[in-house]
Amino acid sequence: MAEVPEHLLKRSQERRQALGLPTDGDAETPVAADGGGATPPPPPPPPTGGGDTPAADDAAEEPSDSRIPAHLLARSKKRRTTLAGGEDAPEGGGGGGTATAVIAPPVAGITGPGGHTQRLLTVVKSGSIQQTRAEAQDKVHTWPHLVVIEFASMLIMTAALTIFSALVRAPLLGLADFNRTPNPSKAPWYFLGLQELLTMFHPMVAGVTIPGVALGLIALAPFIDKNASVKPTDRKFAIAIFTLFLMMWAVLVIIGSFFRGPGFNFVFPWNDGIFFEL
Amino acid sequence: MAKGNGNGSSNGSANGSSNGSANGNGSKSRARVGAVLEKTDEKIRGSQAWLAIFRPGSVYRRGYTDSPRNRSYVIMNNVLYHLHPVKVKRHAVKVSYTLCLGGLSFFLFMLLTVTGIFLMFFYRPTATSAWSDIQTLETAVAFGSLVRNMHRWAAHLMVLAVFLHMCRVFYHGAYKSPREFNWVIGVILLTLTLLLSFTGYLLPWDQLALWAVTVGTNMMGYTPVFGGSVKYVLLGSKEIGNDTLLRWYVLHVLLFPFVIVIFMAIHFWRVRKDGGISGPL
Repeated sequence: MAEVPEHLLKRSQERRQALGLPTDGDAETPVAADGGGATPPPPPPPPTGGGDTPAADDAAEEPSDSRIPAHLLARSKKRRTTLAGGEDAPEGGGGGGTATAVIAPPVAGITGPGGHTQRLLTVVKSGSIQQTRAEAQDKVHTWPHLVVIEFASMLIMTAALTIFSALVRAPLLGLADFNRTPNPSKAPWYFLGLQELLTMFHPMVAGVTIPGVALGLIALAPFIDKNASVKPTDRKFAIAIFTLFLMMWAVLVIIGSFFRGPGFNFVFPWNDGIFFEL
Repeated sequence: MAKGNGNGSSNGSANGSSNGSANGNGSKSRARVGAVLEKTDEKIRGSQAWLAIFRPGSVYRRGYTDSPRNRSYVIMNNVLYHLHPVKVKRHAVKVSYTLCLGGLSFFLFMLLTVTGIFLMFFYRPTATSAWSDIQTLETAVAFGSLVRNMHRWAAHLMVLAVFLHMCRVFYHGAYKSPREFNWVIGVILLTLTLLLSFTGYLLPWDQLALWAVTVGTNMMGYTPVFGGSVKYVLLGSKEIGNDTLLRWYVLHVLLFPFVIVIFMAIHFWRVRKDGGISGPL
């Protein structure tokens, strides 16, 4: 006979004590095990999810009928009448929440008194033999649901970019000339915020310290922001600070791009025109 | 393929089973066409080339039919499996959540690679020929102007897309545990994107390029302690010139793309390892 795991025996014992029963007689709980072989139980019951005792009984116990659910008994009886005995095939193994362990393979000729070819040893709840950590999630197939969206966005992007490029020429000014400094000389647009800072601070501060610190702070954001919640209502401060930072940067870039004319002096684009090339 | 079957006969068995006997309404000639198609289909499907391309387990070996099993196999037996799991959270496919910004940044990078390779055929990074090469490209090369425009606009767009992607991630709080590390990788990718864009800025060797880069590198020269060395390494000399152009060219077409691809691989890998894109708010 196979060994019943010790922790299951212990659990069974605890449960029995809790129920105040030296031997489990509760009709509600499904019979878990049957040893002996004197009177084999009906064929393995299909998994019943409701049972809450993962009890594993020992061999000494009598399979009193009161512990076996009525519908199983009925089915067993019906089965017995239909079959002469001997070639009783087990029904599809334990799926769902329970696993059934069955021994004594159906060898023709060797049958129990009841005509059974197998015995149910134990019903083990899935929790005791396998760990299910992840909660079931609402998921969809990547193909086609995600791939289609990606493909569509690529197509739209390609089309938009091609059309725009066919219509708008990329700038190509005159050949680079070291003797002719354009006025104003501007950095690429994403650095114009920095160039704008250059008008206010020492170049080391504006060109190195501020962008370096800003980039460092952004990179360290997850380690500075210890708030675990992602709900916007819980993150008012973080959102406010970040938005402020973005706005400041956007304003600097816009001023640098459109409000700076010859000599990098402040101009209004509607008065003096735009001094900006992409 | 399934298409051929449906075309030839009335019993559109998608698995490529025998349908030579087109019974009922089909005329004789239609049945014959069906049989021929069926035979061709089997021949192609059984050919060594087909079997070599579609590895064992590929749904295309047998013909794709829409089933959950095949939907899984499309991804599992695909190079895409390096990017995507078989299933994703339902909210993760919502365009309103991601705005496709990360994916579009990556796609723009690929577009830039393709258009950039095209441009490399016509460009020599020397002070004497760079500018005139671009002139020639724009005037004498088929689609030259279009491809150069695409490269330039896609570059600006990529900076924008990466930046907006960062904002999106911040506002969703998606940088929080367990995605802290991937956020840092993302900031590195943003920096690399800016560097790629900036190094490309010099290459046309026109007035715009020269003076924009002068402004930029002058700023870098103010790096404390080794500012002078930084500037010298970047320019290849005391002033912007031929050496600078070569240096920035190599950085632009080789070094930075190489580095950014590595970081992108880590970035995408971590997206999956950290449990897919962040949950709904």
